[in-house]
Amino acid sequence: MELNFSIEGGDFTQAGQASSRVKKVLKQLGVDVKCIKSIVIALYEAEVNVVAHAHRGHILIQIEKDRITTTIEDEGPGIPDINLAMQEGFSTASKKVREMGFGAGMGLPNMKKNTDDLQISSVIGKSTIVKMVNYF
Amino acid sequence: MKVSEIIDQLGLKVISGEKGLDRGISGAYVSDLLSDVMGNAREGQIWITLQVHQNVMAIASLKDLAAVILVKDLQANENTIHHSDEEQIPILSTSLSTYEITGKLYALLNKQ
Ligand SMILES: Nc1ncnc2c1ncn2[C@@H]1O[C@H](COP(=O)(O)OP(=O)(O)OP(=O)(O)O)[C@@H](O)[C@H]1O
Ligand SMILES: [Mg+2]
Repeated sequence: MELNFSIEGGDFTQAGQASSRVKKVLKQLGVDVKCIKSIVIALYEAEVNVVAHAHRGHILIQIEKDRITTTIEDEGPGIPDINLAMQEGFSTASKKVREMGFGAGMGLPNMKKNTDDLQISSVIGKSTIVKMVNYF
Repeated sequence: MKVSEIIDQLGLKVISGEKGLDRGISGAYVSDLLSDVMGNAREGQIWITLQVHQNVMAIASLKDLAAVILVKDLQANENTIHHSDEEQIPILSTSLSTYEITGKLYALLNKQ
């Protein structure tokens, strides 16, 4: 089963729509509740990162018998130092984004904690691709 | 304890999401950092915050929280209220500061 979503950078009203849909679908499929909670946390953080840091993005969700694979590809500034970005507390979020309560530098660590496999690749000044796998 | 039961005892105002007033409370989480709440809040908790925008309800719904308490009489945005009604997760409001309302809620939930 495949689900596709597109995300507009800067549009915080849309953030969470993909996560909400995926949560419902996984519930219907009878996936373990704890597993759904983890996936929802990771996917929400990935969605918000595109909204907060990039121009636009696309989410592809692939659900198989034993796993869910999420690929989030965006056009944006990219991440120059991925190891640094993974550190809790590191953030380049704008003042406006911080005032909303985002920008604690906890999103990527949340994604790491809540996925079985997280891979990030980036072309500076062009794009970021985040791939996450969770086994049911 | 249900959400409806803390309203009188803490003098809270119900702003929206009335249909969710019989949700059960498992505890509470206090934070204004959204990724902190996303990562650490647990199902059935009351979320005490000063954030008033729509993403608060997106998180409350994704995390299956019991209700949100806005402190210091802060007003929820129009679309936050709409989302709260839709998801049937109440937004409650207090004139107290985070410190005061958290202390009262802590005492109330630990009395049971
Ligand atoms: N899709 C992306 N495109 C460009 N930069 C990104 C992207 N995702 C993350 N980053 C960079 O990595 C940093 C850390 O991301 P992380 O999600 O951990 O924290 P944050 O988004 O700044 O704050 P929080 O997630 O706590 O609201 C960001 O501040 C940003 O510099
Ligand atoms: Mg983030």
